[in-house]
Amino acid sequence: MNLGDEMQRVFRRISKSGNIALLLLWHVLHLILSVLYIIREIFYAVESYLITNGYVKTYTNLNLDRVKYLGLVVDSDEARKTSQVIELLEWLSAIGVKKVCLYDREGVLKKSKEVFVERFGSAELPNENSKTIPLLSKKRMDFEFVSITDGKEAVAKAANLLFKKYYVDADSEKPFFTETYLTEALRTLEPDPDLLLIYGPARCLLGFPAWRIRYTEMVHMGPLKYKKYGLILKAIHRFTKVKQNFGS
Amino acid sequence: YAKSPINLIISPRIYSTSFNSPTPSIYNRRKGLSGSTQMAEDPIIATDNSLKKLELERSDDTVSRFLGGLNHTIRKLVFRVISSGPIPQHIAFILDGNRRFAKKWKMTEGAGHKAGFLALMSVLKYCYEIGVKYVTVYAFSLDNFNRRPDEVQYVMDLMQEKIEGFLKELSLVNKYGVRVMFIGDLKRLYEPVRVAAEKAMAATAGNTKTYLLVCVAYTSSHEIPRAVYESCEEKNGVMNENGSVNGDVNTGNGSEVVVKMVDIEKHMYMAVAPDPDILVRSSGETRLSNFLLWQTTNCLLYSPKELWPEMGFWPLVSCILEFQKNYKYLEKKKKQA
Repeated sequence: MNLGDEMQRVFRRISKSGNIALLLLWHVLHLILSVLYIIREIFYAVESYLITNGYVKTYTNLNLDRVKYLGLVVDSDEARKTSQVIELLEWLSAIGVKKVCLYDREGVLKKSKEVFVERFGSAELPNENSKTIPLLSKKRMDFEFVSITDGKEAVAKAANLLFKKYYVDADSEKPFFTETYLTEALRTLEPDPDLLLIYGPARCLLGFPAWRIRYTEMVHMGPLKYKKYGLILKAIHRFTKVKQNFGS
Repeated sequence: YAKSPINLIISPRIYSTSFNSPTPSIYNRRKGLSGSTQMAEDPIIATDNSLKKLELERSDDTVSRFLGGLNHTIRKLVFRVISSGPIPQHIAFILDGNRRFAKKWKMTEGAGHKAGFLALMSVLKYCYEIGVKYVTVYAFSLDNFNRRPDEVQYVMDLMQEKIEGFLKELSLVNKYGVRVMFIGDLKRLYEPVRVAAEKAMAATAGNTKTYLLVCVAYTSSHEIPRAVYESCEEKNGVMNENGSVNGDVNTGNGSEVVVKMVDIEKHMYMAVAPDPDILVRSSGETRLSNFLLWQTTNCLLYSPKELWPEMGFWPLVSCILEFQKNYKYLEKKKKQA
């Protein structure tokens, strides 16, 4: 008995110090990973510089027909820096994107709606006589602003609509709800985005309406403050090369 | 990928060797989640030697025996280091790239699917070893019924063969506590497959240790309207029972909310498991293809470049490391919801 207890105590001590050693190893591992990520960011910065200044020929002519509707998912904390978002949108309009869906979880971008629409949406040209306005600001873009209330909650609202339509009358025929019924009840006017650019620390959808991303390509671009023009071109170029089977 | 063929050699023994008590997560220990009994006797040290002996006994010649033992030791060591951090509770996999793998290695498409199945078995083994409780797998989509009929037939036959093989090893499976559930519109499956699937579900219904959710004949565009339909039916039933106690729906009171989001979530196919922590899509594609759209609100999406039959130990480790790196951020987002 005593020997058994002794053995257990020794094992416990070994495993405790073993635990500390493993924890240290874990921290070292993540430290190495952080260093690798920093190196990767530097590599991306160099790549973006080369692409932006036209040294890489493959990205000069982008076939934008495939990107009919671009989605932008922005982390809500980063979305509060409106100037950063405006800069990003200016880049997109320079590339030639016409329709953009802006999403952030808390609806911060929705609140700054007027700023964006005024900057990019007005059809009439401002002062005709001032020729020094940069060309970028004259390109028009159509926006859609989405937040978490347009996601799962919208489906709940649609469910209530369907309930009221088909279940109020006790005798009426109750159809099995398929995709078409729900799409109709959701009443989304805009199509599904083709390409979704995610700006945030992690590659996570953050609640973008589930119904609209069935076959959408999702690219993680990193935090908004480290956005790079060249990488947007690269993402769009890669998207135009993707071949989707849609399951078959 | 020098290690992957070795994994394939070892993987058929998945149920007999490596299903001993999974590596207790040191992170959980620190948080005090596991009971105090785990501190008294460290099961890792106790079972490690017997596991190693079992693995070595099964190998045929000296070289593969040595490599097998080395492989096993490295795996155990890496898993123990990773366990110092948070381990995901639920991982979902999209098994993409079988046909491309077959083309790459000049095999028939059927052989590609078979290689995919072997890869699935080894990935499951590693997941359970590291302590993941729920594993969801996108085996067959409703869109896949649009493929060539002979390919659909082949995949259905393969599924039936594997499920029936699984049913033969039932006692072993129940010993390790794996509960298998088939998620999706099972009525659309071919009859023998559906029967086998229902048998497998019934046979493992009592297990609660780990869960394997296989999505067959599934798409989110089918799951979400169906959940809406089921919640409407349920509310209708409740209202009829209570004799329209809630009944101001007729009077045009537009703001009456009958069906809430929690009702819809309750009727989802995937309500049996918590939301996934990581969604892995192999072969580098970045889309979800109608899989778990509702459940991936706060989920990390990971797209390794490896094709599915090439998935093994190291891509899974990188995936979990990526999760650990973003863990604090994702937890913060989950709390905000």
